[in-house]
Amino acid sequence: MRHAGQSGERASPSPPPHRVRTAPPISGSPARPYLLVAPLLAVLLVFVVAPLAFVVAVSFFHYDNFAIIPAFSFENYADVLTAHLTYELYLTMIWFSALTWFFTLIIGFTVAYFLVFHVRNPLIAIGLFLVCTVPFWTSNVIRMISWLPLLGKQGLINNALLTTGVIRQPLQFLLFSDFSVVVSYVHLFTIFMIVPIFNSMSRIDRTLFEAAADAGSSRWQTLLYVVVPLCKSGIALGSIFVVTLVMGDFYVVKVMSGGSRASIVSAMYDDISTLLFPHAAANAVILMIIVVIMVSLILRVVDVRKELASQR
Amino acid sequence: MAQRRKKRARIGSVDANTAISRRNLLRAGAAALGAAAGSQVIGAPTIWAQEIKDIELRHVGVSYSVVKAIGDQASKDLGFKVTMQNLDTSAAITRFITQPQTVDIPDLEGWQTKVAVARGILQGIEVKRIKEFDNILPIFTKGEYEGKKVSRQGISPYEAMYIEKKDSTKIVEGVHDWMTFLPQVYNADSIGYRPDIVGHPVTHWKDLIDPKYKGRSAILDVPNIGIMDAALALESRGDLVYKNKGNMTRQEIDTTINALIALKKQGQFRATWTTFEQSVELMASGEVVIQSMWSPAVTAVLAKGIPCIYAPVNEQPNGKEGYRGWCNGMGLMRHLSGKKLEAAYEYLNWYYAGWQGGFVARHGYYSPVPKTAEKFMTANEYGYWYLGKPAADVIKDPYGAAIAKAGAVRDGGSFIERFTNIACWNTVMDENQYMIQRWNEFKSA
Repeated sequence: MRHAGQSGERASPSPPPHRVRTAPPISGSPARPYLLVAPLLAVLLVFVVAPLAFVVAVSFFHYDNFAIIPAFSFENYADVLTAHLTYELYLTMIWFSALTWFFTLIIGFTVAYFLVFHVRNPLIAIGLFLVCTVPFWTSNVIRMISWLPLLGKQGLINNALLTTGVIRQPLQFLLFSDFSVVVSYVHLFTIFMIVPIFNSMSRIDRTLFEAAADAGSSRWQTLLYVVVPLCKSGIALGSIFVVTLVMGDFYVVKVMSGGSRASIVSAMYDDISTLLFPHAAANAVILMIIVVIMVSLILRVVDVRKELASQR
Repeated sequence: MAQRRKKRARIGSVDANTAISRRNLLRAGAAALGAAAGSQVIGAPTIWAQEIKDIELRHVGVSYSVVKAIGDQASKDLGFKVTMQNLDTSAAITRFITQPQTVDIPDLEGWQTKVAVARGILQGIEVKRIKEFDNILPIFTKGEYEGKKVSRQGISPYEAMYIEKKDSTKIVEGVHDWMTFLPQVYNADSIGYRPDIVGHPVTHWKDLIDPKYKGRSAILDVPNIGIMDAALALESRGDLVYKNKGNMTRQEIDTTINALIALKKQGQFRATWTTFEQSVELMASGEVVIQSMWSPAVTAVLAKGIPCIYAPVNEQPNGKEGYRGWCNGMGLMRHLSGKKLEAAYEYLNWYYAGWQGGFVARHGYYSPVPKTAEKFMTANEYGYWYLGKPAADVIKDPYGAAIAKAGAVRDGGSFIERFTNIACWNTVMDENQYMIQRWNEFKSA
């Protein structure tokens, strides 16, 4: 949705010339393009704009223990923004996002690179790509919980290390810690990096490698100056997925930190559980603004639309 | 208008008559039911049976209180359909408030009752139409037991029990003719621990925060009740004495949270838990050896063959210790009227007829009318669950799995011993928002 808005803004002043060239001639009434957009617009209005409008409206309401009173007050925002807790929660989640982003990027890029450039047979490449999606046949929750018996105090890793005599005391940091949270995030979200990067890489013209080799560049230089710049749009898209998923997460933090960490959304959940809706709504609006800022920063670094268009 | 009112009155009186006759039949049927569980109430008037068979009652609430097996049994016994729908506490109260028409019987805790009554979404339950009202334990109806006042810290069931008129939106003190909710299942919560590792009997909350169990203890992460468990532990350790653990001042909240943060920094807590299953896993996997816990979770750990004791934390002469009590009850949504309301009263009365009491007892919960529940339990079961006697034979859970051998005694002793030792009741405090914020600071510390 955000992406669509972004591209809309940019498209309006000067539509890219090639778009006009390749688009089929528009026939029929001038209302036709609008009719074509209407269904999507209706869906977005009903399922995105309307609920958001409600959340924004409620964030200005008053409330007490028994009722929510319609009003226009900045009290909730003041409460949220003056709380020490808010900053702590955002710092925690941004820290988790950064770590997760870093590891998923490294792993995602490497896997995509291997699939696209090292597997010669395209059929096998597609097959291996599908294998990457196999874990998605089970639910997020199962994949996350499957770490518990591995990392626990009496889990596989600790047992193996204890029996081989490497350690004497079980390693506590493995589970119910920031470590286990990030491990879980990386496991859950790497696929969101692989897919768009794989996509961008597949479009790279192989002759560029020959050209680079002819021009005397090493493999490493080719990677850095040819592949990475041409994958920028994929990396940006993957980063948007990973960052928004982590910022809005509540369950992974809860389970994998053993409840020893709070997230922005879990704090909202605690509000809602005792009907403090306006406070939670204000928090939600602030979270949305911050995530939009993060996403637009990513889009500022990489103009995804231009990158995608120029490759066609 | 007047005409309509007259008509309604007429229908009401007719229905009341049938209801009364049916209720007598129900009582007669109840005894037969014990033997032939599942059969319809024999001889219910055919006209009534015809009228009610299309009625559907939707009972909505948390899974430990609104149980499908109980609804199925009620449908069989009563001849109309009862549908059980499970939501968590917050989703449930939100639904009661925002979509009252989609619920007939709301499952309510004390604080939810307070909110629901103030919002005017309930109608009063008429005391004289509750057949077993006089047999409800006075803990609930009068706030006392055997002359001893039951703790009023937090929201005790009695505190949220009465309104003056059917449509009143104000809860009042003292016994009145209209009830806000009818208690149906309750228990007293304390600490669960591994006797093989802890090595001594736990009878004090302070063991939860004892440095001996550093990195091996856990606490409940539902802020409004987790903080009470913490308060019980701090009071037990002698940090402070609360005026009301169920309604703390900001200062008391600060002291409690600061102490929790200090404990967390020292590495006391291995984890916090939010769901029943998590608490079972923590204990069963050996991650923790002592934690705040719920009774069926202890049973579930035992069922895995791992020793686990539910600590008896009777009040001490110095006023410290005691259990954290909770109680869920049933309300009547305001939109109920006519035959559906009659059916709802039938349903409420069915709860007190004993089958449900026998059922919940088998996973460690209690009925407010033990007298009828007793008829639906074996003498062995009643002795074990209610009287705190050693089991004469194997004790089974509601689904037939053995959970205690002959000779075993229920932790915490008799039911009366537990319930005369309640220190505070589940609640939502006046300073709720501040408390939740500080609780999250503890979480992110």
